[in-house]
Amino acid sequence: MKKSSQASMVMPEVVLPDENGHFGAYGGRFVAETLMAPLEELRQAYETFSQDPGFLEELDWDLTYFVGRPSPLYHAERWSEGLGGAQIYLKREDLNHTGAHKVNNTVGQALIAKRMGKTRVIAETGAGQHGVATATVAARFGMECVVYMGAEDIQRQAINVYRMRLLGAEVVPVESGSRTLKDALNEAMRDWVTNVDTTFYIIGTVAGPHPYPAMVRDFQAIIGREARAQILEQAGRLPDALIACVGGGSNAIGLFYPFLGDELVSMYGVEGGGDGLNTGRHAAPLCAGRPGVLHGNRTYLMEDSNGQIIETHSVSAGLDYPGVGPEHAWLKDSGRAKYVAATDDEALSAFHGLTRIEGIMPALESSHALAYAVKLAPQLSKDQIIVINLSGRGDKDIHTVAARQGITL
Amino acid sequence: MSRIQARFTALQAQSRKALIPYITAGDPRSDTTVPMMHAMVTAGADIIELGVPFSDPMADGPVIQAACERALANGVALSDVLAMVRSFREEDTETPVVLMGYLNPIEVMDYSVFARQAREAGVDGVLTVDLPPEEGYQLTTALQEEGVDAVFLLAPTSTEARIAKICAAASGFVYYVSLKGVTGAATLDVEEVRNKLALIRSATSLPIGVGFGIKDASTAAAIAEIADAVVVGSAVVKKFEQYASAPNKIEGEVVSLLTSMRQAMDQIGH
Repeated sequence: MKKSSQASMVMPEVVLPDENGHFGAYGGRFVAETLMAPLEELRQAYETFSQDPGFLEELDWDLTYFVGRPSPLYHAERWSEGLGGAQIYLKREDLNHTGAHKVNNTVGQALIAKRMGKTRVIAETGAGQHGVATATVAARFGMECVVYMGAEDIQRQAINVYRMRLLGAEVVPVESGSRTLKDALNEAMRDWVTNVDTTFYIIGTVAGPHPYPAMVRDFQAIIGREARAQILEQAGRLPDALIACVGGGSNAIGLFYPFLGDELVSMYGVEGGGDGLNTGRHAAPLCAGRPGVLHGNRTYLMEDSNGQIIETHSVSAGLDYPGVGPEHAWLKDSGRAKYVAATDDEALSAFHGLTRIEGIMPALESSHALAYAVKLAPQLSKDQIIVINLSGRGDKDIHTVAARQGITL
Repeated sequence: MSRIQARFTALQAQSRKALIPYITAGDPRSDTTVPMMHAMVTAGADIIELGVPFSDPMADGPVIQAACERALANGVALSDVLAMVRSFREEDTETPVVLMGYLNPIEVMDYSVFARQAREAGVDGVLTVDLPPEEGYQLTTALQEEGVDAVFLLAPTSTEARIAKICAAASGFVYYVSLKGVTGAATLDVEEVRNKLALIRSATSLPIGVGFGIKDASTAAAIAEIADAVVVGSAVVKKFEQYASAPNKIEGEVVSLLTSMRQAMDQIGH
């Protein structure tokens, strides 16, 4: 019998958001009136089910036997040795069913959808990981599934598009705006507002209107709860630092949240630095953007001087988003977490390093977290510990990596 | 008395309903917007709803999204839209102008700076699509201080409690979204709208405009029977799309659509 994945939602001492979904100045509910009632209905449903033992038991069962939790915490000894500093542990979310942390959340939201009597689920996706995770749970629970994906991303991620179609989902290309993730999110919102009676919108990250940022965080917090217990068991102490990549920020908040009360644990969120922050071609709203309102919440954004949202650039499609979850905005302003950026080149270099030295091929998103560890680890001593969220596996990215090396597969 | 209030009072005295066309500022070009506003007034528009282009118009359908993209390609910013209203006011001091758009461009300008400049330009009301009253207190207050009306949306999904809350925050008029969906979607159910309007009227004495799904003269007349104002957006903006390659025809097309709506609306009850 597999060890329990401890899905029960024990909250740490810091309880945010407030009842209106605010994390300090951030978050909230900035949507057209039609969506206010369905969001309130969802908030109530979530509040009820997240305290319902039957629901938690069902979630726990699926996380254990369908997703494959708990995921291992792996001591990357050879990579740590090479970097010459702190001991690095990898939280292996890449070993989950479907190959990334995204499924933790889609299982949870699908179970809520089922209990709310919704027969149709929709999702937005950038790289396709959240789309695949949604299509997967829709197949598992026998629900109709529609995934909105930017036409540009459909070109870049043909394999994931085909995976979704194999799983029975309809993949709808979005031709508006920059034809990427943010436009897919707009289109999914439009579908939801039109079909709100039958449809549940499974948002893939800790952004969007309340209650999504809190709900998605709670479903992803299993990453940090497991990691905290595992590092105490394996190393006998808490880590000195946590590192995770930040696009919308769901894997990062999932790792950080259960450690928020552990004052001595530093937290680093790593954004997509693209060609470098000084070039303007990046996806780093926390490092180089400013607060504004997009997609239903107030948070840091990439925008021009007139408040129009601008296009982002990152080698990793999963980080290519002009906003970020509001809780990260709050953690940044409060100083509890630090946010840095890794460039495309630094992420690629970390990708090759981990692949060759540990035999683990990370997703390009996760490679950004690894790239920051390359800088941080040598500054720490050998008895210090860094836990990195290895949020996904890199198979989906091999065409991008090959193209960077001038190779056509 | 505000221009919006004066307009509704005058219409009421004539037993007529307001026709409120929407266009996106800067579509198809920056210099076509003000002449189009005057032409719409001549064709029978009572209030002009002027869209402030935004990169991510989440509550709008494909027609208005495309209009936003055309306007943004012309580099039209919120400050340019205010300049258009200022220019419109040089010739027309009576027709109310309501800006419709999303919050982020206003945030960037700063609420009180925006409210003051809006009043100075001659803007009468502001409808911020993604700003429910729960989040809107500061902007609403800033607008009130300048005597600019804050117009809010009501929807088929609005509960009675929400209707009361929204009507309390609103001034000028309230805007009932006649169907679940985005602008320009599907067809509307007049009976359903009638029932909801009765509920709204019990919560407010403000005039009620109805929009979303009004496509032609007959739907405009049907809504005019039950509401105080008929808002027509995508049907107008569609003309901008259809005649994008022959932009000199757009004005005539819009005028003929509005004229037919105006006539149909004025015939009800006569």
